[in-house]
Amino acid sequence: MPDLATTRRTIRIQAISVGLALAPFGAAFGVLCTEAGLGTWEALGFSSFVFAGSSQFAAVSVLAEGGTIVAAIVAGLLLNLRSLAFGVSMAPSLKGSILMRALMSQLMIDESTAVASNHESYALRRYGYLWGGLSVFIVWNSMTWVGVALLSGTGTLVHDLGIDATIPAAFLALAWSKLSSLQHRILAGVGAVLAFLLVPFVPPGIPVIAAAAAVLLLRPWRDR
Amino acid sequence: MSDAVIVMVSLAIGTYMLKAFGPFFLANQRALPSWLKRFAMLLPTPLLAALVITSTLTNNDQIVFDARIVGVVAAIIALLKRAPFVLVVIIAAAATAIWRLLTGL
Repeated sequence: MPDLATTRRTIRIQAISVGLALAPFGAAFGVLCTEAGLGTWEALGFSSFVFAGSSQFAAVSVLAEGGTIVAAIVAGLLLNLRSLAFGVSMAPSLKGSILMRALMSQLMIDESTAVASNHESYALRRYGYLWGGLSVFIVWNSMTWVGVALLSGTGTLVHDLGIDATIPAAFLALAWSKLSSLQHRILAGVGAVLAFLLVPFVPPGIPVIAAAAAVLLLRPWRDR
Repeated sequence: MSDAVIVMVSLAIGTYMLKAFGPFFLANQRALPSWLKRFAMLLPTPLLAALVITSTLTNNDQIVFDARIVGVVAAIIALLKRAPFVLVVIIAAAATAIWRLLTGL
């Protein structure tokens, strides 16, 4: 059984590597913002106030493709419904004053929850959550700035370096760990096919929202 | 307000409500109804799969097949080899870049 200092050190290293791993994805978000016509402050507003990677990408992609405001918001929110479930599982570890809970809640993302979930005790879960969340927050916002402010004026560099391909690659990597289960493979397949078939016929953003309907096939309201 | 700001503010508020619901109201370990929890956990998979499709194959609302596909195939291979997230993303960019360099597409 490792002592507390060692465990905490392991958590910090894990949290920092999780943050750094998201660096190219953050830059890609900044680039996407430029393509969608957003300025530096708008891009940073998304990365700090929304602070939910896949939701930000979904919403800004819809705007970049010329979709409506409502489609952008719905796509972003549907993708982030999981933070409700994360919040429920993290709640007992995040006690404190109203202000503390309000601040800590903003860090409720996949990565902070993942770092926390490796531990049993509430104190270590909270430690992992805060380190994971803050590490991602710092890297994510810095790299959004890099993407929107530094890479945007470089003409075809984004295209030549293949930065646009990091977006589907990151989405794929986010879904990948779930695909070991048959249920999730079915969901992914149905969602992908629905989106592909709908793209030519419906406004931007709608294919992604419609893909959510794949969940209904599994009848999640049934008790098992 | 620009469209982007409207989307940002609405999404920030909506997302924050989802994030904060647990820490604010459920500190005493009550759980979500199990159907809602299942729903919330299943939802990202088809949405992410749809986003993979739209961000690989669309341009201005049309299906197009271009060098991004090479990047995604490279990413799949990297994921099958259990590469870490950051490597998967870099490999996808590199494969796409090399393909564009070689073919000029």
